[in-house]
Amino acid sequence: MTVATELELQSFVLLRLGERRFAVAANQIAELVAPSRVFQFPHRTERIEGVILRRGRIVPVCDVAKTLVGKTLIARRLYLVAVRHYGAQTEWVALPVTGECELINSEMTAAGESDAPHVAGWLSHDGDVIEVLNIDAITPGPGEAAAETHAHAVLEARP
Amino acid sequence: MRVAAPARPSPARTEQIIVFRLCGQLFAVSSASVQEVRGKDSLAGASLEINVPGLRKVRQVLRRGDRSLFIVNASLHFDLPLSQGTLIFVLRKTRTALLVDGIEKMTAMTRLQALPQSFCHEERQWYRGLTAIDQSVIPVVNPEGFLSPEELASLDAAMPPLDILGIEGTEGTELAS
Repeated sequence: MTVATELELQSFVLLRLGERRFAVAANQIAELVAPSRVFQFPHRTERIEGVILRRGRIVPVCDVAKTLVGKTLIARRLYLVAVRHYGAQTEWVALPVTGECELINSEMTAAGESDAPHVAGWLSHDGDVIEVLNIDAITPGPGEAAAETHAHAVLEARP
Repeated sequence: MRVAAPARPSPARTEQIIVFRLCGQLFAVSSASVQEVRGKDSLAGASLEINVPGLRKVRQVLRRGDRSLFIVNASLHFDLPLSQGTLIFVLRKTRTALLVDGIEKMTAMTRLQALPQSFCHEERQWYRGLTAIDQSVIPVVNPEGFLSPEELASLDAAMPPLDILGIEGTEGTELAS
């Protein structure tokens, strides 16, 4: 094995949503925490369930299961607190997961043009091909709101 | 050699807030932005009905001298189940009077955290931010976020003529700013 090959390996956290597994680059994970009370209040952003209090921070909880596995998963074992980028700023966002998480080292294949925006790449582990998630694309943010406004304006402009 | 004394932590700046109830949920508003608190019933004779299609949350207007205050049903504003409300907050420096279920308590907040950027729709106008009180997270409403300029224009256009109004509201409980 060459040194160059070793350098290709990256650390990922494998998470489980129902029957499927996904991966997030380990350097995008702030922490893993046990489920705690979700505080809810009125808002209009889909996928955001509410917020949790974590070490003095108020962290939004984003249910990504519907996007990734097509249904909302009630059972949850952990919150994976990930780092979400908004331009130069970063914020934490908690992703509910339904099973244990695992830290692995693997080599990632970059996503192709045909892959969904939330796919950052692919990795092979234990005989499975696993999607590596792009946290910035799978969680809501100002860009999404702007895109929706634009789409709405285009629809309204049509005769 | 002199060693710089460690900086003393400055006392936390606090802001007085009113925590209020709405359909079983708690919200907060800065006390400084509430000009007065009125019982809903006390305005029964001082308000007029107004009806703007597509703006269900405003059904009454209160005339104060040459000013119109639009009574916003907060439950409808926040898409909560309809509540009849019992108290009205007249919001300072706005044309909004807010109909709520009741006051939970008055307290002070030491920290207002900006709404996380994951919240990216109308709620960014609704709230100044979030605060943690007694291990709960409560949204702090933006007094200017209840009626947009477009909604105010629609309401103004639907206002009855001044000579029909001629109503002076009675004063309520004035809050210190």
